[in-house]
Amino acid sequence: MRAAVVVFPGSNRDGDVARALTRSGADVVKVWHAETELPAGTDLAVVPGGFSYGDYLRCGAIAGRAAAMDAVRAHAARGGLVLGICNGFQILCESGLLPGVLMRNVQRRFICHRQFLRVERTDTRFASAYREGQVIDVCVAHGEGNYFADADTLARLEGENRVAFRYCDASGTLTEDANRNGSLNSIAGIYSESGNVLGMMPHPENFVDDLVGGTDGRGLFDSLAA
Amino acid sequence: MKARIVVTLKTGVLDPQGKAIEAALKSLGIDDVSGVRQGKVFDLDIASDDRAQAEATLKAACEKLLANTVVENYTIEIA
Repeated sequence: MRAAVVVFPGSNRDGDVARALTRSGADVVKVWHAETELPAGTDLAVVPGGFSYGDYLRCGAIAGRAAAMDAVRAHAARGGLVLGICNGFQILCESGLLPGVLMRNVQRRFICHRQFLRVERTDTRFASAYREGQVIDVCVAHGEGNYFADADTLARLEGENRVAFRYCDASGTLTEDANRNGSLNSIAGIYSESGNVLGMMPHPENFVDDLVGGTDGRGLFDSLAA
Repeated sequence: MKARIVVTLKTGVLDPQGKAIEAALKSLGIDDVSGVRQGKVFDLDIASDDRAQAEATLKAACEKLLANTVVENYTIEIA
């Protein structure tokens, strides 16, 4: 597994995701946003978390139109794997690789806390190391994670089984309390139509080491590197 | 030519900031307001003498970057 992590001005989780991928056995290189091509042989393009361009205009709006994102779009069109986490999810939505948009959290506050997620699918390249319905314990850290899409798009996502993860409580139940940013249908992550692009707000890359109190994020990187 | 682009949230899209601003207005005793929605204004100069061409350029700017048409509408005013 060869992974390319795209770095923008203001990215700050690129090191974390690179470390998580390396730990699972991937070869990782970082790619500056002005590059027009991904390195030859790239299997997975990663758009990491952070605050690209200071969240100016809209979160992910400027990064979504960077040169490297043309390369990521071309990679996705060839069937290549793409993973966007947090700001990376916002960037994938802004770049047109995923539908919908991440709006301001419904309670208007930046949230940063441990978060349970329910794994909705395991028949993908991103989640095969998990069990279906498994509840994983990771974290969220964002001010704009409130997933919104129009009714038709939402119905299509649900109908095509494209929700990857949902915010839930410890028992896997979807509750209003567990969905603190107000996302429609408690959506924490979605797949593209062909399943090769995953965008998610929570941070699995921060939970791959016992040292920081949890390893439930490993499954995602182990799935990818398998 | 000078132009102004106004970007607003579409009807039905939740606007937590607008709600907070409305609550703040009410706390200042400005009670007769409701339905506050926050938007963005872009003022810019455009190097063109052809109004139709300028409008087309600005429309492209809105569609490609300035507005996220999933949740936002835009209007273009050319002075």
